[in-house]
Amino acid sequence: MTINPNAKLEETQEGTVVYNFDPLIVKSHYEIDYIHSYAQDSEFFKALGRKEILGSKCKKCGYIYATPRGHCMMCGAETEWHKLPNEGKIHAFTTCYFGGEAFLNETPFHLVIVEFEGVDSLFLSRIIGVDTEDLYIGMPIRAKFRRNLKLNPTDVYFVPKA
Amino acid sequence: MKNKGQDVYMISGGVTKFTKASPDADFRLRTKKAFDYALNDIGMTLNDIDGSVASYFSDHFQRQLMSGIMAQDYLGLTPKPSKRVEGGGATGGLSFQAGVEEVASGRMNTCAVYGFETMSHVNTWKGNEFIALASDTNFDYPIGGFYTGYYAMMATRHMYEFGTTVEQLAKVSVKNHGNALHNPYAQSPMKITVEDVRKSPMVSYPLTRLDVCAMSDGAAVAILANEEKAFELCDNPVLIKGIGTGTDTMRLADRPLGKVILLPNEKESDYKNLKYPGIHSFRAGRSAAKEAYESAGITDPLEELDLVELHDAYTSSEIQTYEDLGLCKYGEGGKFVEEGKADLKGKVAVNPSGGLLACGHPVGATGIMQAVFMFWQLQHSIKKHFKDDALQIGNAKRGLIHSHAGTGTYVTATVMEAVK
Repeated sequence: MTINPNAKLEETQEGTVVYNFDPLIVKSHYEIDYIHSYAQDSEFFKALGRKEILGSKCKKCGYIYATPRGHCMMCGAETEWHKLPNEGKIHAFTTCYFGGEAFLNETPFHLVIVEFEGVDSLFLSRIIGVDTEDLYIGMPIRAKFRRNLKLNPTDVYFVPKA
Repeated sequence: MKNKGQDVYMISGGVTKFTKASPDADFRLRTKKAFDYALNDIGMTLNDIDGSVASYFSDHFQRQLMSGIMAQDYLGLTPKPSKRVEGGGATGGLSFQAGVEEVASGRMNTCAVYGFETMSHVNTWKGNEFIALASDTNFDYPIGGFYTGYYAMMATRHMYEFGTTVEQLAKVSVKNHGNALHNPYAQSPMKITVEDVRKSPMVSYPLTRLDVCAMSDGAAVAILANEEKAFELCDNPVLIKGIGTGTDTMRLADRPLGKVILLPNEKESDYKNLKYPGIHSFRAGRSAAKEAYESAGITDPLEELDLVELHDAYTSSEIQTYEDLGLCKYGEGGKFVEEGKADLKGKVAVNPSGGLLACGHPVGATGIMQAVFMFWQLQHSIKKHFKDDALQIGNAKRGLIHSHAGTGTYVTATVMEAVK
């Protein structure tokens, strides 16, 4: 047991960044590393290292998804992995000149929604090697893959088809 | 709707002026100000409130969990029943409907729905990053998570499918910013031209800074009651005539390419070659409208609605929403605004308040703000609350409010009707 009436909190020199005094506005810092499991989507990310885009095909109704999902939204049945073609067409596009803070240093960048022949749904990606004025809906494009994987969906990206 | 329960009325409302940053008050005090305005407007007291619904979107913006109970506590509503409702941009619309359900079910005779958001605690680009976390973090966010980018892709597809032009998009911005010149609660009233919109900095092609709403600090409160309490507490209550809610896939890329969900004023032959919803239209918006119209008995929305407050986070989404709501056919949205049909004195005034584009978008407050402005319109009390009657729609008898989340993931439509 300790009873110390002279106990004193240790002083530090860290201080606080103050933006304004009236009202009092201070800096509050926060950061975190998540332990993010790709869970049932894991195979998609691994396949990008083999230069393959894996979608999903419903085992029951045959609906084919360009962006994978474990179960079919049309009938509720389980899906199986389905290899997508490495070529497709632009379904929609934009060029982002601003973005979320994490992506600001990459601007401007192009986003595309990709359609693949014989596939029922679409796929979000980036395209490089073109200017905004070169982009058009229906443009034939080809998938390329990073050699050094980041193990996120940017491991596949698109370029104009030669 | 299988069972509408008992009739629900809106009996009062309050809104704080939306601003880019209001550091003098936190969300509790802002909500208190809107709440007190609503109570005082009809001489209600805390004792008249049976319970509440808290409407706020993000825990990230303030890094504060359980903000709902903090507002409940500050308002003096503890220990009455309450819950938080959250659904992205549609948080306000969903919360309003949750309040309607509390009263319709008979659980509460009166319910306060309070909404708030404080977005100024982070910078704009961190805010955009937080909002983009409302996209699939496995597949969508890492590609360059940015909501304006997602909406810009929908806009390029809408332009491709229907020939919509960037000038038509800009007209929405001109209209809504212009309406807000007479709304003292609005964050960004502006007299601008189509050229100003196009010359404004490009955010995501084809959307410029003036095609996109801003982030805001703000609060709004709606008070709902059953028929007995409504007429006891309020001289001029407004009936909640019908509610509808729709949903769609989280990922834009997963939207099917099927058949249009038809409203009573449409037929299958109107859309022979249209693959629907794709990414050009909002199936959730159409589903919400369909349910709301069915419960309100509306068969021809353009003729039967006098005004609409809809979720124009982007100029393009206002045009897409005219179509989802059946104010015109799919593909005719660009022409609809171009021909002035959505103007203050047009066929149906759309966003007479200035909408999100000009009022701002403090997410959890936004859908409640729409309800309050609609309530004042249908009461014909705009002059009293705005100190200006320029925005009062002369024949306002029946209106629709529309709240919208994600890339169209949750959408609500609520029909409100004057009874006096």
